[in-house]
Amino acid sequence: MDALLEVKDLKVQFNTLEGVVHAVNGVSFVVEEGKTLGIVGESGCGKSVTVLSVMRLIAEPPGKITSGEILFEGNDLLKLDKTSMQDLRGQKIAMVFQDPMTSLNPVLTIGKQISEALIVHKHMNNKEAFNRTIELLDLVGIPQSKERFNDFPHQFSGGMRQRVMIAMALSCNPSILIADEPTTALDVTIQAQIVELTKNLQTKVGMSVIWITHDLGVVAEIADRVIVMYAGYIVEEADVFNIFENPVHPYTLSLLKSLPRVDSRRYERLEIIPGSPPDCIHMPAGCPFMPRCGYAIERCKVENPRLVNVGEAHMAACWVDVKTGRLD
Amino acid sequence: MEQNLTQTDAPAIPEIEKPPLLLGQLVFLRFKRHKLAVAGVFILILLVFYAVGGTFFKSEDYSLVTDSSIRLTSPSSIHYFGTDAVGRDILARTIYGGQISLLIGLIAMVLEVIVGVLIGAIAGYYGGVLDSILMRFTEAMLNIPQIPLLLVLGKMLSDKIQPIHLFGREFSGSVIVIIAVIGLTSWMGLARVVRANFLSLREQEFVTAARCTGTNNLSIIFEHILPNTMAPIIVSATLSVANAIISEAYVSFLGVGVMPPTATWGNMLNGAYNYIETAPWLWIFPGGLIVLTVLSINFIGDGLRDALDPRALTQAE
Amino acid sequence: MGRYIIRRLLQAIPLLLIISILIFILLQSSGDPLASMGGKHVTRPEDRERLARIMGLDQPIYIQYIYWLVGNDWVKIDTNKDGIPDTFGSRKGVLRGDFGDSLVDRGKSALELIRERLPNTLILMIPAEIIILLSSLLVGIISALRQYSLTDQVITAGSFIGYSMPIFFIALASMYIFAVNFRKWGLPYLPTVGMFDPKIGKTTEQVLIHMVLPIFSMSVVSISGYSRFVRSQMLEVISQDYIRTAYAKGLSERMVLFGHALKNAAIPFVTLVGIDIPFLLGGAVITETIFGWPGMGRLFIDHLTRFDTPVVMGILMLISLAVVICQLLTDIVYGWLDPRIRYN
Repeated sequence: MDALLEVKDLKVQFNTLEGVVHAVNGVSFVVEEGKTLGIVGESGCGKSVTVLSVMRLIAEPPGKITSGEILFEGNDLLKLDKTSMQDLRGQKIAMVFQDPMTSLNPVLTIGKQISEALIVHKHMNNKEAFNRTIELLDLVGIPQSKERFNDFPHQFSGGMRQRVMIAMALSCNPSILIADEPTTALDVTIQAQIVELTKNLQTKVGMSVIWITHDLGVVAEIADRVIVMYAGYIVEEADVFNIFENPVHPYTLSLLKSLPRVDSRRYERLEIIPGSPPDCIHMPAGCPFMPRCGYAIERCKVENPRLVNVGEAHMAACWVDVKTGRLD
Repeated sequence: MEQNLTQTDAPAIPEIEKPPLLLGQLVFLRFKRHKLAVAGVFILILLVFYAVGGTFFKSEDYSLVTDSSIRLTSPSSIHYFGTDAVGRDILARTIYGGQISLLIGLIAMVLEVIVGVLIGAIAGYYGGVLDSILMRFTEAMLNIPQIPLLLVLGKMLSDKIQPIHLFGREFSGSVIVIIAVIGLTSWMGLARVVRANFLSLREQEFVTAARCTGTNNLSIIFEHILPNTMAPIIVSATLSVANAIISEAYVSFLGVGVMPPTATWGNMLNGAYNYIETAPWLWIFPGGLIVLTVLSINFIGDGLRDALDPRALTQAE
Repeated sequence: MGRYIIRRLLQAIPLLLIISILIFILLQSSGDPLASMGGKHVTRPEDRERLARIMGLDQPIYIQYIYWLVGNDWVKIDTNKDGIPDTFGSRKGVLRGDFGDSLVDRGKSALELIRERLPNTLILMIPAEIIILLSSLLVGIISALRQYSLTDQVITAGSFIGYSMPIFFIALASMYIFAVNFRKWGLPYLPTVGMFDPKIGKTTEQVLIHMVLPIFSMSVVSISGYSRFVRSQMLEVISQDYIRTAYAKGLSERMVLFGHALKNAAIPFVTLVGIDIPFLLGGAVITETIFGWPGMGRLFIDHLTRFDTPVVMGILMLISLAVVICQLLTDIVYGWLDPRIRYN
């Protein structure tokens, strides 16, 4: 399978009142054609910033992409000029955001918002755009699409709005769909529908998907490959089966352990990960997960481990072998 | 706002995190960022020193001395700001006029805030009929254009009140009138904002929780909800001082505000346009002082508004 | 929508009544217009009394208000103090369009005076408002888009200063610079007083030149205030999620600005403007006084100082009516712009 998108050593930081926030610290990954990449991690670990950087939607003050390459179809997106980037957005790479309530313009009809990309990128006239929009609304499962073309976002439920967002993103047949926690703001049953919808569309249309979530259940359902992020670093990267069967990094382990399970005993406590998320302004010298890691050794305090191969297409950044408790 | 981590059986964690900033500290830091706002504070302090400290240099009697022989002299070494149409020293008059203008600004603001907050809080908290009545009233007041109303009230009441003696000075009773008039005609905007905030805050769970523990209504209003809506009140109060000063100036300029011989920066401008060609110093100095004062207050108000913006406070990181 | 309009109009009526009562009581109980009548002649007490009776000033206030509202041509007044009412009054009352006669300019009805002056005020105010609106939008949007740049900082600092100036200061300052000093320096200068030069007559050219300084003074303050509001609204809108979505679709800055941002930012702006428009009628008092412009503002202050109740009431009621209508219009436009309101 070809690599459609290749991110190499991306570093992003933000200048804030309280100091420089190191949001993304050398992230590299590959998205293959037709496959789904899942990005997992806590809030604030840099997942959103990473994908926003791919779309070049980071506000340049206070943010700054300090280094790295983002290769798409042979071009480094970070070197593209404004117009080329605008052409790409919505057409080749599209994005769906977390909160459907606020991500749609309240004073424009949803029909207009979906047709916009078609008119701008595919140069359709109003009639063509209308027809294609109706097709898309049907595709994502919005009933009475013709009537609802002229409705406003506030007249839809949350789940419907997210479907509208998906329709909007798919309108120009992008090669990559980036979904930034699209189901976090929805309840579980709707979440299941959206995940199902995305999988179907992906097979139908043959596009790649990057799906960001902090919910491992969703990852299991939809991802082919998974990267786990912490404090702006990738700490583990593997195929979805290996992540669940052979987790290597202590953080991944903790995430899996903290999932409530149907077959656990009633009086067992849920495992939590002790401590708080890292302070990305004052990055420690060693491994950022060390303060919360049950396997930490001396070396973890002083040296931040790099990603190394630990299995087939499986990488992790840790000094310790969690199965044996010894040095890796 | 400190976090409380309840650790149970977990291993001890080395403390590498800083506690978050206190609210006051955060606001102060954010305020300091606005250089203009900080400059405003300095300028305002200077102006207050001018108005208050000036009494040590020129006595009030001096400011009242009229001498037609030296009328309308331009700024000179004896009269730094020149003299007015009846020979009074303008510098001295601006000092004492400043005291009145600033005083009017402050007290009118207090009045406005009290009325506005009370009406807004009661309307927003109790809702229903009380809310309707209060809001109809507020709307009626808003529909009356402020300046004509000020003029009418000013004209009507100006000479009805006796002169007062305070801090060793004698003021024309019209000062009280103007304070009352401005205060009672400017509270509507604040009332609306406070009411809107109360309407949304009273649905929040901390209010329900307070009720469950038997807190009485008055307590809930003043000790629970009100502190959460301080930001717009503070900003509004600051800006209303500036508005009050300008309103007083307008009304006095047209001759229906503070009555002579009590000076204010506003009434010093009355009639100055008759001498615009011959004696610009008549309006440049009092007018300039008004502009400086209002400007610095506006800077401060703007800085406060940014510093207190609740959205920015929650996304501090 | 139609029902909403009718409901608002009905609500407006008691509002206007209350306002009129409040103001009437204030005015009538405060001063004695008769004192300033008669000019240089000392009026005889009997004459004053007779005048008072004819004008109805000897009646209790609530009666006076009723006469003001519905006239007194249906009652007889006792003009010669013999205790027997003999002649019918001559007023029809406000509800029939009669605001009474001016107590100061005898012989002219209040409406007549207002009608004479109103066009002058409108000639000044309407162009001023248009200039203000367009400029504020322009300046505010530019400032928001170039946030933190030099342009923005200059505009922001400038608007602060402009907005902090009381209007008479700007008026006086502009008069001083552009009229007085320009003349001294031999430059073409702008006139400062009145609507036209009496020697030349009321030509369009004259009026236009005389309009420059007053409009300039008013604009500086208003544009400063409004543009800051536009700027902050734009900034708020720009930081919204749906703007990010618009960019993510690959729209250009211009498309995002005009297609998405502006409509959202316009809504509160419309509200603000709608509330402010009628105050132009009243707030012009100062501008008209300084520049000697023969408009309604001047009329107001001149007659207020002489306690001419009918004229003052007429002007105030007119303004209040304008406010009510403007608020209604604003609500309608607001509903039209924001679909969330419309579909409730």
